[in-house]
Amino acid sequence: MLVSLFITCYNDTLFPETGKAVVRVLERLGHTVEFRPEQSCCGQMHWNTGYLSEAVPLIRHFVEVFRDAEVICVPSSSCVAMIRDHYRKAALASGDEQFLADVESVTGRVYEFSEFLVNKLGVEDVGAYFPHRVTYHASCHSLRSLQLGEIPFRLLRQVRGLELVELKGLDQCCGFGGTFAIKNADVSSAMLADKVLSVLNTGAEVCTAVDNSCLMHLAGSLHRQRTFTRTAHLAEILASEAI
Amino acid sequence: MNQKMSGAPLPASREPRAEILRRIGEPEKTPEEILAEYSGISREYNRAGSLGADGRLQMLEDRLREYDAVVYRAHPQALPEIIAQILTGRGKARIAVPRGIPAEWLPAGFEFVLGEDSSAPELDAMDGVLSGCTVAIAATGTLVLQNVPGQGARKLSLVPDYHLCIVASSQVVETVPEGFAALEQSKCSPTTLISGPSATADIEMTRIKGVHGPRFLDVVLIA
Amino acid sequence: MHETRVPGWNEPDFPSAAKVLLEESQLRKNVKHATNVIANKRSLVVGELKDWQKLRDAGSRIREHVLENLSAYLLQFEEACTRAGGTVHWARDAEDANRIVVELVRKHAAEEVLKIKSMTTEEIGLNDALESAGIHPHETDLAELIIQLGKDRPSHIVVPALHKNRQQVREIFRREMHLEDLGERPEDLAAAARSYLRERFLRIPVAVSGANFLIAETGGVCVVESEGNGRMCLTLPRVLITVAGIEKVLPRFQDLEVFLQTLPRSATGERMNPYNSVWTGVSPGDGPEEFHVILLDNGRSRILHDEEARQTLKCIRCGACQNACPVYRQTGGHAYGSVYAGPIGAILTPQLHKLEESESLPYASSLCGACYEVCPVKIDIPEVLIHLRGQIVRRQQETGKLEPWNIGMQMAAMALKNGQRLHAAQRLGRIAQAPFVKDSGFIEKLPFMLSGWTQTRDLAPLPAESFREWWAKRPQSPSGPKTERKR
Repeated sequence: MLVSLFITCYNDTLFPETGKAVVRVLERLGHTVEFRPEQSCCGQMHWNTGYLSEAVPLIRHFVEVFRDAEVICVPSSSCVAMIRDHYRKAALASGDEQFLADVESVTGRVYEFSEFLVNKLGVEDVGAYFPHRVTYHASCHSLRSLQLGEIPFRLLRQVRGLELVELKGLDQCCGFGGTFAIKNADVSSAMLADKVLSVLNTGAEVCTAVDNSCLMHLAGSLHRQRTFTRTAHLAEILASEAI
Repeated sequence: MNQKMSGAPLPASREPRAEILRRIGEPEKTPEEILAEYSGISREYNRAGSLGADGRLQMLEDRLREYDAVVYRAHPQALPEIIAQILTGRGKARIAVPRGIPAEWLPAGFEFVLGEDSSAPELDAMDGVLSGCTVAIAATGTLVLQNVPGQGARKLSLVPDYHLCIVASSQVVETVPEGFAALEQSKCSPTTLISGPSATADIEMTRIKGVHGPRFLDVVLIA
Repeated sequence: MHETRVPGWNEPDFPSAAKVLLEESQLRKNVKHATNVIANKRSLVVGELKDWQKLRDAGSRIREHVLENLSAYLLQFEEACTRAGGTVHWARDAEDANRIVVELVRKHAAEEVLKIKSMTTEEIGLNDALESAGIHPHETDLAELIIQLGKDRPSHIVVPALHKNRQQVREIFRREMHLEDLGERPEDLAAAARSYLRERFLRIPVAVSGANFLIAETGGVCVVESEGNGRMCLTLPRVLITVAGIEKVLPRFQDLEVFLQTLPRSATGERMNPYNSVWTGVSPGDGPEEFHVILLDNGRSRILHDEEARQTLKCIRCGACQNACPVYRQTGGHAYGSVYAGPIGAILTPQLHKLEESESLPYASSLCGACYEVCPVKIDIPEVLIHLRGQIVRRQQETGKLEPWNIGMQMAAMALKNGQRLHAAQRLGRIAQAPFVKDSGFIEKLPFMLSGWTQTRDLAPLPAESFREWWAKRPQSPSGPKTERKR
């Protein structure tokens, strides 16, 4: 299958390793990955902060870039949620029927990375080896918009050497929320403190998720507190192999 | 600010009414259209229960107990006897009853007073109230009382600190929708749904039995 | 016309108020405990109903249908209620409603009134209006009594005093009820409230209530409660005045079969709350001789005309969104500076009041979606939050405010316009970040509005190579030509 990678703007800029890992996993499974360099941003930050008209050109750009892609794989559940939950509304508001038609067509071909593996490719064992104690943080969008449920756990359970430990309060937000972390820094920090405590209580070496945004938030505190727990996107764990 | 109203009729200003209706917008649809729309609302939730008579009764008993009611079962003939036992056990002697309470329920040796004729302070001084109910909903442990013979005005089951309610097994339904279907004919009667004794969880979310309504609720299921 | 904010409720913006409250560890402990208990109870009793989602669907549809046909249902209610012996009044705003209540109480020469917990009367500031007319209101709900005697403010829709623990309540009761030996067990405190209020229930001739539901078909009113204080107020006084928002109407009595399943389970985590009362007008020999309903607009009709925000009015005030909200759980209700706190407050308050006076509220959410998930009438609160954020941004832009956020977001939008621009921004960012990267290899302090991040969090710097740069350099990838667009 020819898989078009939408890396997302923040993974592209801040977390290139995640993108590389996605490529490695998909190629290992025998698929072809393409990267369309015209791609940029899904528009989530602008949309969610209330800059709705500023988000529209970004949405249009995404739709143009990926209009003819066979499938689009995205290693970020919040960006997928943006596309699924809000693109249609933006297109409807524009009154542009072609835009709406394109949105409806593209949206159906967009998959979050773990969802793509399990639901689209029907794979749970990707041949990974990761001999570490790992806990999984469910991002709000993966939980409530994409409703990934067991999907990430099913993938993690197939990873050789990996010890999966349960994170208490799985349904609690880490407090990132995009610009929320800055606009409401104090409340966000309080939410983060609770989440970090849960993560540390697991005794995990690695906290993983399908969103680097949450992980960046968690890592910010884990590093500030000089803990030894690190964060890694699910794709990076799935890309690890025994040497 | 201190103008005296001295019982004068209120100025019947229709202006706010007209303005609010204008703001909302006058009805655009005919009553028939609205009714059709209303009837078209899909209601896929469970209406009918799945339990038999025994299961229903058991569920009602369990759920009443969970909310701190004391539940007894009695054969119809044994009713006065068990009422007497319960009242004696509770130390109750002077009991308010609604008009139309079946005389055959009432045991000898107690003073039963017609509650409708009593003022609230008089009811407050009584030991308790004995009543029937219109319907009981097993799924939620709910007794529904209305102002009909045998149940009476709402203050009866409210002011006394103790309520003994008699439920016939034929009055027990399983689901809330079944309960409301049973109330349809008497829906304009003052209606009280009672689920356990008065309670509050306002302090540290600790459920405490009994604040202003009856602190003690006993239920006899006639089976 | 819509300046109906209760005096004393003008608060600092949410982030500033929250900052102060986050320092109050006892309050945070109380709030966390209470919200945990209710949320856990809720999920147990909700999980018990296999048709929960169907009940949510039906509840949502019924409420939508009412809002689409609101004037027809209000008129039907008015007619039915009047026929049943009630008197229906209409209030455009808080001032209208308060005036009507005061006039009715004066007509009966009452100096005191009983009150049932009601968010609507909080919204209009009825207690202050009564006091300034020389009428003393007695709150009868235990939590509201705690609030009133403690000269405090409600912080939760269903459990207004959840921010107080038993010792704090005991102090208030001991002082205000003059009970030197009062114990601190919840039982003792409830018993104190019982005897404090019983005499008042038997004596005071006028009561004021809110309404959970109005029933158009019968003209009936439904009040949902636990303690029996509501029943006391609804049945013992000679005069009953009910203040209800115009959105509270349901088409039929039978519709209660949905809401009396979803409301108690959502609100208190009970299968059914102890007492629900439904009455229709006046019933001779049973309850008040005189019954008035005040239908309150107070900004609601305006919300009705906003297609996207209209769903706000579906709310049945269960408070489940508050218990589920990770923001509310940290700060409690007072941070919202509004009668309605938590997620529903963050969308309702800015719409009832002037948006520009509550601009921080729609941003008081991480958009985690927990509120929508638990809402028994399926209000998509995150969607409405974003809609309101959009209005705020548009207004700021129209007033030409050189707001730093606006400038930053415009710049970001330009940088993200396409792949080339993004690449340029990546290169620029790597240069710009150099002065901020510490020896630790992390950024520990950011300037200006970004400083909020580094208050408690470090930030990894931009890596030397972005993904797109790696891809462009990728030697003969097995995926074929590296940047080629297929077809």
